[in-house]
Amino acid sequence: MDLGPHAAFIWASYGAFVLILMLLICWIWIDGRRQARALADADRRGGRRRSGGGAQEGTR
Amino acid sequence: MQTLTQRLANPTRFMAFSRAILPWLAAASVLLIAYAMYLVFFVAPPDYQQGETVKIMYIHVPSAWLALGGYAIIAMSSFGLLVFRHPLADVSAKAAAPIGAAFTLAALITGSLWGKPMWGTYWVWDARLTSVLMLFFLYLGLIALRSSLEDEALASKLTAVLALVGVSVLPIIKFSVDWWNTLHQPSTGFTSTVDASMRTPLLISAAGFLLLFIALHLKAMQNEIMRRRVKAMRVAEVERGDRLMSAGAE
Repeated sequence: MDLGPHAAFIWASYGAFVLILMLLICWIWIDGRRQARALADADRRGGRRRSGGGAQEGTR
Repeated sequence: MQTLTQRLANPTRFMAFSRAILPWLAAASVLLIAYAMYLVFFVAPPDYQQGETVKIMYIHVPSAWLALGGYAIIAMSSFGLLVFRHPLADVSAKAAAPIGAAFTLAALITGSLWGKPMWGTYWVWDARLTSVLMLFFLYLGLIALRSSLEDEALASKLTAVLALVGVSVLPIIKFSVDWWNTLHQPSTGFTSTVDASMRTPLLISAAGFLLLFIALHLKAMQNEIMRRRVKAMRVAEVERGDRLMSAGAE
């Protein structure tokens, strides 16, 4: 694929874009796993919120 | 009859709904982005003036749209928090900030890398570029303000007020190319002035990244709801321990 004399700028743009998106996706995915684990731990300890509900109910 | 936002005001209902649609959203976004990239690299022609560098447009323009869209979500959520006290408004605003910031950064970097071969410079302090940079700093400001306050309720309110004050930057960004003489090209009228051979891949790319944005936002909202549940359970655990201790002391 010939992208002409400015190919380096095109590849750098796509590279930076993919890198930013990958970091964002990984961060959100890892955070999701961490929160799910923390919630499961709290649930195992028999955690109840002040409203009296368990981990399976709403936040408020 | 309840609206969708009213029905989803219950976090448990929201979690069930978002878990059900998230895989479909993610799959649709991957398919659309893959198809858009095929069109960009194998079908779309080079521009008669810009040559192949026009390929940067297919990621730069969707990033810029989503940078503005992300802030609009934060502003609407902040309004929902301050006026309607919607239970998920603050969760939505908090979750959207880093995603919007990431797309703004992507728009700035890809724009800069497009500017160098076309304008001869990576950066100029013109109205469009500077206002988008201000938007990026605004995103960072919202994230920093929230994380600097320990009281979550106070942090939510102050961040919402800042978000609503900052919304004035959106029309400045949108109309900067009309109000001032800038190096950045004028508006394409939502791509209506772009040739069809380039408009189709651009719109497909934008649709794919929009779905990705929504999927990431929903996932980040799920994470935030779980974080708040864990926090509430820990607080309740500490309070229970305190009560037991004081009962034992009596």
